[in-house]
Amino acid sequence: MTRSESVDIGKPVAVPVKEDGDGDGGDVAAHVSRTRAVVRRFRANRSAVVGCALLLLIIIVTAAAPLIAPYGPTQVDISDRLSGPTAEHWLGTDSLGRDTLTRLMYGGRVSLAAAGLAVLIATAIGLPLGLISGYFGGVVDWFLDRAADVLMSFPAIVLTIAIIAAVGPGLTTAMVSLGIVYAPRMFRVVRGSTIEVRREVYIEASTSIGTPSLMILRKRVMPNILPATLVQLSFLLASALLAEVTVSLLGLGALPPTASWGSMLGQAFQEMRSQPWLAVYPGIAIAIATLCFNLVGDGLRDAFGRETRKA
Amino acid sequence: MLRLLSVRLLAMIPLLVIVSFLIYSLIALVPGGPEVVLAGDNPTPERIQEIREELGLDDPFLVQYWNWLTDVLQGDLGNSFVDDQSVWSAVAAGFPVTLSLVALTLLIAAVLGLALGLAAGLRPGSWIDRLSTVTASAFMALPYFWVGMMLVLLFAIQVRMLPAVGYVPFTQSPLEWLEHLILPAFSLATVPTAVVARQTRAAVTSVMQEDYVRTARAKGLHPRRVAVKHVMKNAAVPVVTAFGVEANRLIGATVVIEQLFALPGVGKLAYFSVFSRDFPMVQGILLITAVLIMLVNLAVDLSYGYFNPKVRTS
Amino acid sequence: MTRKKEKDARDDGELLRIEDLHVDFLTDRGWTNVVAGVSFDVGPGEIVGLVGESGSGKSVTSLSVLRLLPNAYSRTPSGHIWYQGRDLIKMPERELRDVRGNEISMIFQEPMTSLNPAFTIGDQIAEVYRRHKGGSRRAAFARAAEMLDLVGIPDAGSRVKDYPHEFSGGMRQRAMIAMALACEPKLLIADEPATALDVTVQAQIVALLSRLRDETGCGILFITHDLGLVVELADRVVVMYAGEVVETAAALDLYNAPKHPYTAGLLSAMPHLGVRGKELPTIPGRTPEPWRMPEGCRFGPRCGHTSEECVVAAPALRIVEAGRSSRCCRTEQLNLAGSP
Repeated sequence: MTRSESVDIGKPVAVPVKEDGDGDGGDVAAHVSRTRAVVRRFRANRSAVVGCALLLLIIIVTAAAPLIAPYGPTQVDISDRLSGPTAEHWLGTDSLGRDTLTRLMYGGRVSLAAAGLAVLIATAIGLPLGLISGYFGGVVDWFLDRAADVLMSFPAIVLTIAIIAAVGPGLTTAMVSLGIVYAPRMFRVVRGSTIEVRREVYIEASTSIGTPSLMILRKRVMPNILPATLVQLSFLLASALLAEVTVSLLGLGALPPTASWGSMLGQAFQEMRSQPWLAVYPGIAIAIATLCFNLVGDGLRDAFGRETRKA
Repeated sequence: MLRLLSVRLLAMIPLLVIVSFLIYSLIALVPGGPEVVLAGDNPTPERIQEIREELGLDDPFLVQYWNWLTDVLQGDLGNSFVDDQSVWSAVAAGFPVTLSLVALTLLIAAVLGLALGLAAGLRPGSWIDRLSTVTASAFMALPYFWVGMMLVLLFAIQVRMLPAVGYVPFTQSPLEWLEHLILPAFSLATVPTAVVARQTRAAVTSVMQEDYVRTARAKGLHPRRVAVKHVMKNAAVPVVTAFGVEANRLIGATVVIEQLFALPGVGKLAYFSVFSRDFPMVQGILLITAVLIMLVNLAVDLSYGYFNPKVRTS
Repeated sequence: MTRKKEKDARDDGELLRIEDLHVDFLTDRGWTNVVAGVSFDVGPGEIVGLVGESGSGKSVTSLSVLRLLPNAYSRTPSGHIWYQGRDLIKMPERELRDVRGNEISMIFQEPMTSLNPAFTIGDQIAEVYRRHKGGSRRAAFARAAEMLDLVGIPDAGSRVKDYPHEFSGGMRQRAMIAMALACEPKLLIADEPATALDVTVQAQIVALLSRLRDETGCGILFITHDLGLVVELADRVVVMYAGEVVETAAALDLYNAPKHPYTAGLLSAMPHLGVRGKELPTIPGRTPEPWRMPEGCRFGPRCGHTSEECVVAAPALRIVEAGRSSRCCRTEQLNLAGSP
């Protein structure tokens, strides 16, 4: 970042500008080479690759929990409560004698799936509305943008638990609420990059030929807003994971005996004075998963280069 | 300046109307209606009807909203379902606690974040830059409430240096006030510190390339003065923007942290109200929060004029 | 011993003497030499024009004087930059800061971006004055207004409170000059001060510099790619090509009878009144990239007079007449035309 890009003091050296397939996107060949360039840049980013690999590992391990976990998630072993790390229980047990490692795997399943659900809903709402708003502009855009303003004038977590207060607790409720609360964040990013793409000349050219709007949206706009959307997706996943943990920690999300990283942390907090280590493991798991989402997001953003700005 | 302020304040009104409507509409989401919640277990239909009349729930929805709004405009946010206390006085009681917490958190984030970001941005690629980047990434990823738990574990349970719970007003004892707030504030400060550090680094590295920084050096100024005066003011806009966003997030995070550290603030009140489904309280808190956040955003917007004189004239 | 001699040299009327300056830059291809053994001097109150195309190393040379090249991709140059007997290259940073803006000032090419947009013009002028001369804020602002008045900004007393974006390009460059001269420096380095401006404003800035030299007696090192401007303003001219000095001469001598084919090329490429309808001749080719310097004479591949001796060895800068030198080994055989 320090070297070539800043050698312009009185232009003492003519640094050749290397552009790796920076096509406008209209041309298929340019598109392929741009995608390749993005993949190459992402793979050259060591921390992004590590983050990606770790994330995959976490997903595989948690998804395969029923197959590989040593115990059942609610399997109680009264004779072996509050055990420290042993050969039978690598990470010890809780006050009911449940295996911490097992619950961590099952809990990750719940937490990650919940975060995924929230982001899926946010995208399902925000992406199409953002496209419409950014592409057509006008009254629709004004109205949708104000709606986003309204939703964004609350802290996400406060609005989420307020909805929970009305509808009642439960993980699905919580995540649906969160999805709605996060929708403006996806909306804003998609809208912003759609407006940018729309301004570009080739869209105007397409319109004048008489290509139907829907076709333009699908063929031209969608590929160009993909970078921003993907980047936002990974950052939203990190936020949503944290939000799941927060609501479950507060006892408004995943309810006992279901294990989630949040509910485990909540339970551990209750018993922190007697068994402090129980609070440590879920926290580390959350931190690693969050770090991975962030690393992947940063990596994607850098790989897409100046085409994307974080919203 | 004053005119700009009043224009911007007026512009908030339509948004506030919509926000307040949304807040009031939350009641419509309650399965069975709030009267069922309020009537408790095994209510008789007569009791429910009694409550409906008391709350005016038989009026059309828009009329109910209108009544609520006019009350709010007269400073009456209603009374708690739980103990009939006025919402306004309950929030007012918790407000100093939450304000102290948020202010202290932002102070920590500002000092730490600016220092890390500035040190990194002035020397990109140096060891201090790498240290700052790693610290920021770690702070971004660590869940703040978990940091809180670990800090309690370390400083309150293991070392017994600081209190784990409770609050002492600043007016009573500034030292004890600080002792009670330092752990929660520090746990809340992790993410804002990281965000501020990142934004500062990015802004400073780009400002450092500007011609006027070279001019400042050519004037014989000390590098520290160049950084603090010439670089920081120009790098401030994205940093202040980040502050605004983080303040918004912080207000949400106080709900958890106040619960964790048993601080009697608005966050704890919000949590309790949600749990006991105390709708007037929830609505009141939401409304006040929304107003606060709009004011924070307004302050951020107005600060742009100070940092960038071009904005002021146009 | 030699040190003693060098010290004595400055006493006979030298202000700045650059001696065998080499500067390297970090590029995509690693460390690359961009200034190769540049030497010239500036006397007190003298205006020296430093001329060359972009990429000739003239800006790098001028930035090296106050060591303003960014640390990230440059390293300490070798050679000497003598300023009143002190070598600026070896001077401790702290001492150098007392020279910058005080004894030697600099103005830059882009008046639009060289002033800090977040502070008033007055603040920026007052800042340098207070830094070196001390005094109250009020006195420094009075000095700022006085300087703005000196550089010909009308209503200077109220314009000190303006921000740079409220000034036009030409006025900003005047403000830069006011800032540079606030501490009455002995040397002003002007790095293409007129390039980014309109032609009429260019002429005004050049006239202003000339007037200020007469009024304040400061020496000026004027860097430009425009030979026409230099001839108007400078007493002496130093021509650079591809990191080397190729010719030095008094401005008029150089104008009338260049001693290096590159200078001759530059002169013939200048537009002239009265010569209409003819296409301007240009020098074929372009400045070589610093990592691909030709063998022998660096100008060789673009020169119309190349012979075998030009390729065999790199020619040295040599005195060809009293007070002028050239790096062309065939100077005596060529009869180069001056400006038409």
